[in-house]
Amino acid sequence: MEYVIEMLNIRKEFGNFVANDNITLQLEKGEIHALLGENGAGKSTLMNVLFGLYQPEGGEIRVRGKKVDISNPNVANDLGIGMVHQHFMLVENFSVTENIILGSEPTKMGVTNKKDAAQKVAKLSEQYGLNVDPYAIIEDISVGMQQRVEILKTLYRGAEILIFDEPTASLTPQEITELIQIMKRLIAEGKSIILITHKLKEIMDVSDRVTVIRKGQGIGTVTTAETNPNELAALMVGRQVTFKTEKGPAHPTEETLTVQDLVVEDYRGIAKVKNLNLTVRKGEIVGIAGIDGNGQSELIEAITGLRKVKSGKVLIHGKDVTGMKPRKVTESGVGHIPQDRHKHGLVLDFPIGHNIALQTYYTAPISKSEIMDYNKITEKAQQIIKDFDVRTQGPHEPARALSGGNQQKAIIGREVDRNPDLLIAALPTRGLDVGAIEFIHSRLIEQRDNGKAVLLISFELDEVMNVSDRIAVIHDGEIVDVVIPEETTEQQLGLLMAGHADKDKKGGKHRVE
Amino acid sequence: MSNRATNLLVPIVSVVLGLIVGAIIMLVSGYSPIEGYAALWNGIFGDLYTIGETLRQITPYLLAGLAVAFAFRSGLFNIGVEGQLIVGWFAAAYVGVAVELPKIIHLPLAILAAAVAGALWGFVPGLLKAKFRVHEVIVTIMMNYIALHVTNALIRTVSDGGDRTERIFASASLRSEFLENLTEFSRLHLGLLLALIMVAVMWFILEKTTLGFELKAVGFNQHASEYAGMNVNKNIIMAMVISGAFAGLAGAMEALGTFEYVSSKGGFTGIGFDGIAVALLGMNTPLGVVFGATLFGSLKYGALNMPNAAGIPIEIVEIVIAVIIFFVASGYIIRLLLLRAAGKKKEAK
Amino acid sequence: MLAAGVLAACGSEEDTSNGGDSAEGGEGTEEASDFSVAMVTDVGGVDDKSFNQSAWEGIQKFGEDNGLEKGDGGFDYLQSASDADYNTNLNNLIRRDFDVVFGIGFLMEGAVKEIAEQQPDAQIAIIDAVVDAPNVASVMFKEQEGAFLAGVAAALMTETDKIGFVGGMEIPVIERFEAGFLEGVKAVDDSIEVDVQYTGAFDKAELGKTTANRMYSAGADIIFHAAGGTGNGVFTEAKERKEANPDENVWVIGVDADQYEEGQTGDANVTLTSVLKRVDNAVIDISEQAMNGEFPGGETITYGLSDEGVALADSRGAIPEDVMSQIEEYKEKVISGEIEVPETVSE
Repeated sequence: MEYVIEMLNIRKEFGNFVANDNITLQLEKGEIHALLGENGAGKSTLMNVLFGLYQPEGGEIRVRGKKVDISNPNVANDLGIGMVHQHFMLVENFSVTENIILGSEPTKMGVTNKKDAAQKVAKLSEQYGLNVDPYAIIEDISVGMQQRVEILKTLYRGAEILIFDEPTASLTPQEITELIQIMKRLIAEGKSIILITHKLKEIMDVSDRVTVIRKGQGIGTVTTAETNPNELAALMVGRQVTFKTEKGPAHPTEETLTVQDLVVEDYRGIAKVKNLNLTVRKGEIVGIAGIDGNGQSELIEAITGLRKVKSGKVLIHGKDVTGMKPRKVTESGVGHIPQDRHKHGLVLDFPIGHNIALQTYYTAPISKSEIMDYNKITEKAQQIIKDFDVRTQGPHEPARALSGGNQQKAIIGREVDRNPDLLIAALPTRGLDVGAIEFIHSRLIEQRDNGKAVLLISFELDEVMNVSDRIAVIHDGEIVDVVIPEETTEQQLGLLMAGHADKDKKGGKHRVE
Repeated sequence: MSNRATNLLVPIVSVVLGLIVGAIIMLVSGYSPIEGYAALWNGIFGDLYTIGETLRQITPYLLAGLAVAFAFRSGLFNIGVEGQLIVGWFAAAYVGVAVELPKIIHLPLAILAAAVAGALWGFVPGLLKAKFRVHEVIVTIMMNYIALHVTNALIRTVSDGGDRTERIFASASLRSEFLENLTEFSRLHLGLLLALIMVAVMWFILEKTTLGFELKAVGFNQHASEYAGMNVNKNIIMAMVISGAFAGLAGAMEALGTFEYVSSKGGFTGIGFDGIAVALLGMNTPLGVVFGATLFGSLKYGALNMPNAAGIPIEIVEIVIAVIIFFVASGYIIRLLLLRAAGKKKEAK
Repeated sequence: MLAAGVLAACGSEEDTSNGGDSAEGGEGTEEASDFSVAMVTDVGGVDDKSFNQSAWEGIQKFGEDNGLEKGDGGFDYLQSASDADYNTNLNNLIRRDFDVVFGIGFLMEGAVKEIAEQQPDAQIAIIDAVVDAPNVASVMFKEQEGAFLAGVAAALMTETDKIGFVGGMEIPVIERFEAGFLEGVKAVDDSIEVDVQYTGAFDKAELGKTTANRMYSAGADIIFHAAGGTGNGVFTEAKERKEANPDENVWVIGVDADQYEEGQTGDANVTLTSVLKRVDNAVIDISEQAMNGEFPGGETITYGLSDEGVALADSRGAIPEDVMSQIEEYKEKVISGEIEVPETVSE
């Protein structure tokens, strides 16, 4: 078998920390090779070694059988290696073509020749079925389309080997399906692909072989057809993992959260939430399914008092909290896991202990008559770190230094520890690995079983389907339908989310309120 | 390289580098660096008088540095320390000349007036930032000019068309016979104690109170603070008010200590602007400000002796002093370079 | 004067040589004397083209005339970067045993008073302010008398019957200039309009320029400035107008020093004349008195037209002879006391 890339026994150290230890990855020509590992397992480090951003301390890299020294990304480019980054590196107000030629602008007598470039882009787009308009402006096109621009960028530079770094993280289910087709098309056209991911479903769907790494160690390579998600998960985490979130039936009682005819506008005065009605009862998890940007953020911010309500009401236990300050809402028994943990959930430059106290610093025992007792913060933090399995050097470690999963666990610990009647969890597992996801889901269900109300907002269909007791589908600021997960398929849900509400069905048997 | 070794090495390396470059400048300009630095040294530590005066010079820098640092810690850039200092100066001097009261009431009242005036001058940009998101840098710069010209006009009114107020009553003065006798009639005054107390106050607010916790959180991440239920607007205003109060106290040092009067000014005092450098040198921590103010005040004051004792023109002296401060400020760059060098070595192994 | 004599004796290090001091003094001998003199500038600096510079020129001249050298025991100056530096600089010079130390400018009033109290043996002189202390000589000028003549000249020379006055800060010194100038104009012709503007600063040339622009545009043809560096902007504006249109009739009256050089543009010159404030003469005068053991401690000495403390600079032909003779008449009247120029503007 011909290998286009061989990374043999790669070792990479940062000071005393070994990020990659004896990892071997061999990419066959024309295959989709998945690189699987938990967050922080060393996937990105390995790929940065391949891309010339880091120099390995041990091992060797061969490209098409020849030993190479990839000293910088330009060398990688010349070898035909291209990277599709997780966070797109695009200039928002430039056109597709301008973004693609950025950094290697073709010139005719000193003048940038965009026309030729645009034609080349159009041709590539057609060849690989990418359906990208070379003249479209980046900020006007969808996230999925932007990703295809990133793919085009690598192809334009003559990449034969494409590295996809967590490509599905921000895509809708439909876009994911399209991406998988594109990847298969690329293979058909003779390219080879390394797919970095921690999502087992994708691996099973698309990859030929899987290399698993765990805590910097190469665990081995398996053929996808000969394995199953459970085995992969076990390889990745190092223990058995349950997938189907285990939960008993819900026993909902009285209403905890009631949203009535809510209208919320953005700063331009455009309604983002339109006459929305929603209830969450004690002892149930209501999932809000929807594509990003359909009013989820505005809805949460309106409930938690962070955003002005134009009209309508928000009731907690029947008590009107509309227009109250965030702290008053919080004190009414609401916990909130914000969707952007770096921007909204944590003060990254604060120690993790301070972050854990972010909602309780002004109350006893942490402070008495405005005087803080930092020892009490440390005590509290230690307890939450222990209870919620936050892996950290201790309460004094800056939040920034923790991995995403552990940051999220700390936030959840902070919110759950206050024992709120309503817990709002927005994208609580975004970017986390299976182990952390499992942990977080079980905590949400535990809250439910303790008789609390949980409102879950997620862009991941799996998550909404697995965790929720009811699913409210949001589209364009409205709840278009409320369904029971057991009676709904992902396909139906996807259509509802995309706004193709079946008019006949609406209010029909799936509607449960 | 161990952390401790770097911590010790960095300031030494930066000061030595600064002195060397300063020496080269003096040599090139045809003056003796040895005489120059001897004059600088004597200008700072020469005798009890110069030591007293050096400490006197450090005092307003301490408070101006605290003012800038406090705002910085809350994520605000207070360029308006200069203006807050000027109104504080005027307010203290006005209370000092307007009434005569027992010292126990008069002095605290004059100090309080300065703090309130400075706080008020900080309140305006704080309010505009909180309510209308007007950038505090713009507002504070403008408030500096307003302060300068308003106080000049007030001084004219108070002094019946003159250019300075009467000397304040002794009952409002920070000067102490004890300190004057101790330092051969330098202008060292009790304000130094007040400034050091304020260093402790800033530390206490930031490290011991819920307000400090909120201010730091807001300073690092307004969004997360808002999500955590903190009143970000209130914190912005509080930060500016407290910062302004520190700056006003710096003005009180001049009004009740150094000068004992206020005169109309053709331009800014510069202390408020130097406060920015003092705060940054001190990494915006209370103790760091003590270090920054000491360095700044000592060099500024000692420099006066270089034309006096070594005959070096003041222009050259100012360049030399600026170079030394520049190198100390670059200490962070030097630290980075040292660390990187150490890192490289490790990687190469 | 007993006190002053005693003080002069104390100020010198070698008391024994003191007797010789006064013997040698008097008519500027070429031999080196033991007498030493120094000055502290205000924040304007020693090259301010104004009173600091003028004072330093006086000290240098005094030094030359008496065979002194720059440095300890001769003559020297220290510059102040901020108001807080005055005390230190004065103190430093006194500690270096200069016999007389000058504080230049009203800004130094507080510092001089304080140091005078702390150092009762020192002899200090202050320019442009009055400090009531037995060891301080206060030097004042009758700026209003010089400005009066400038007002006369402007009133006689204006063709548009519109004149401008640009002041720096509204402080007593500048107000004396204003008062004298207005009085001078009025003495010639009551109907001439004088536009008075204060810029609020001595170091804002751009403000001076825009103010002058407004005045000239409104029809004024002569502007008298008493605004230090701000006044440089007045010159700039006038010169630009002259360059753009050599026939335009624009003039500036300078202040403190002879500002003829400031007004030169090509072959033309916009400086009509300058109101001289002879700080140099005053410094020399005080130094000589002190050298003779007659330091006027505790006194306020005011220099006016009669003792050439203030004067009009040579107009270099800008003012014709017949006008000059009229100005001369007014000057005589002021000196004789027939005309008394007020210090403040009468409402």
